[in-house]
Amino acid sequence: MNKIDKANMEALDRINSAEPELVDIKYAYEVLPGMDKSVIGHAGPPIEWENMCGPLKGAVLGAILYEGLAGDLAEAEKLVLNGKIRFVSNHSMGAVGPMTGMITYSMPLYEVRNKTYGNTAYTTFNEGLGKVLRFGSNGPEVLERLKWFEHVLAPALKKAIALSGPISLKVIISKALAMGDEMHQRNIAASLLFAREIMPYLVEAVDDKAELRKIIEFITGNEQLFLNLAMAAGKCTMDPVKNIEHCSIVTAMSRNGTNFGIQVSALGDTWFEAPVLMPKGLYFAGFSEKDANPDIGDSAICETFGIGGVAMGSSPAVVRFVGAKSVQEALDYSREMEEISVGKSTNYIIPNMEFQGTATGIDIRKVVETGIAPVINTGLAHKLPGVGQIGAGIVRAPIDCFVKALYAFAEYEQSLE
Amino acid sequence: MMENIEALFNSELVVVNIGLERFAESMKLQHVPCVHVEWKPPAGGDTRLIEILEKLSN
Repeated sequence: MNKIDKANMEALDRINSAEPELVDIKYAYEVLPGMDKSVIGHAGPPIEWENMCGPLKGAVLGAILYEGLAGDLAEAEKLVLNGKIRFVSNHSMGAVGPMTGMITYSMPLYEVRNKTYGNTAYTTFNEGLGKVLRFGSNGPEVLERLKWFEHVLAPALKKAIALSGPISLKVIISKALAMGDEMHQRNIAASLLFAREIMPYLVEAVDDKAELRKIIEFITGNEQLFLNLAMAAGKCTMDPVKNIEHCSIVTAMSRNGTNFGIQVSALGDTWFEAPVLMPKGLYFAGFSEKDANPDIGDSAICETFGIGGVAMGSSPAVVRFVGAKSVQEALDYSREMEEISVGKSTNYIIPNMEFQGTATGIDIRKVVETGIAPVINTGLAHKLPGVGQIGAGIVRAPIDCFVKALYAFAEYEQSLE
Repeated sequence: MMENIEALFNSELVVVNIGLERFAESMKLQHVPCVHVEWKPPAGGDTRLIEILEKLSN
């Protein structure tokens, strides 16, 4: 075993020993470094306005309206063009968000702590399906829901979590894998397990019955509610894997709708980027590939720590939704990911693959050597701002990210000789 | 040597095909039992990348 293999085993151990727990609700302005009213956090590696795709631009304008910085979309765009808005990659603030990934000053965030290593990660509340900011919608109903999160849902959840104490996300993810979720495009079991955990304390925390009913309806009516929590679990699992000397394990994969970026342990916070690919999948009635935006979102953190597309074998029910042909194909995806990973999860188990752990610890060397790129299950956004989700599918990480990272890693290794 | 080759092709063939799948398909069309092994050269055959990968595996 050489020094790189040893470092990668250390990374695998850190991933497997992580204990992500939901511990609190905080507002972005309280916890995110450098956050102020002019900052907009977005998914993926850093990007400026002129290079943003349609849904991301739509979401940015909606986020400006949400913060009350402009009265209408035209005024919001003027602020951007005059350089009054600063765009920041969520990952650089210790946070993640699905699809466009908008995080702004007043937004409430789940605070997820890795009990083993003491680090925290933050993520937004999932808005549900239909017209939502994360898919680039920015109409009044979208902003109204976000304000309800800020003023009603967040304080209620904060009180409930204070009453319940930390909620283990690792336990929920493990159970949900055995109940047919892969936690990227299917979170039905995980969302209900989370609801089961939080509900008794919400009943205690909220006095107004009408308000409580609305909160419960929102939580139980959103099948993707848990996605954001799974992502924060991934972020706080992978952050302690950063900066291990000689380590060639991928610590983040993320997309801004224009470029796909990866980060590699030994190479710190540097992004290695390539143009995003177009997912293959199933479209809702009336839509096709010509309407779709290419791959977008921080949610590929799921695949980075061993769930989502990597765990597709555990989720026969997601197969058709993401456009795979058969359950066998889903099992094949999970097996194929073993070829580019250094080990298996000791926590996230696939029952119908003889209780094997999911492939864990993507090694850039293995990706380049085999030509097998990580597989990602994803939602499909319309390419125009404001339309929303139009389907779901499967996409690969572009191999060029890994080739660029490998060249940099080789230079880094040489510099240490 | 030639005798061995002739003997081989005069016997019933059981083929293991490595790499290009089309050869395996043509065997099957001729009803010759054939197992296909999916194989690609490392790093798509890029010699510079192969050199780096070898160095990083030592």
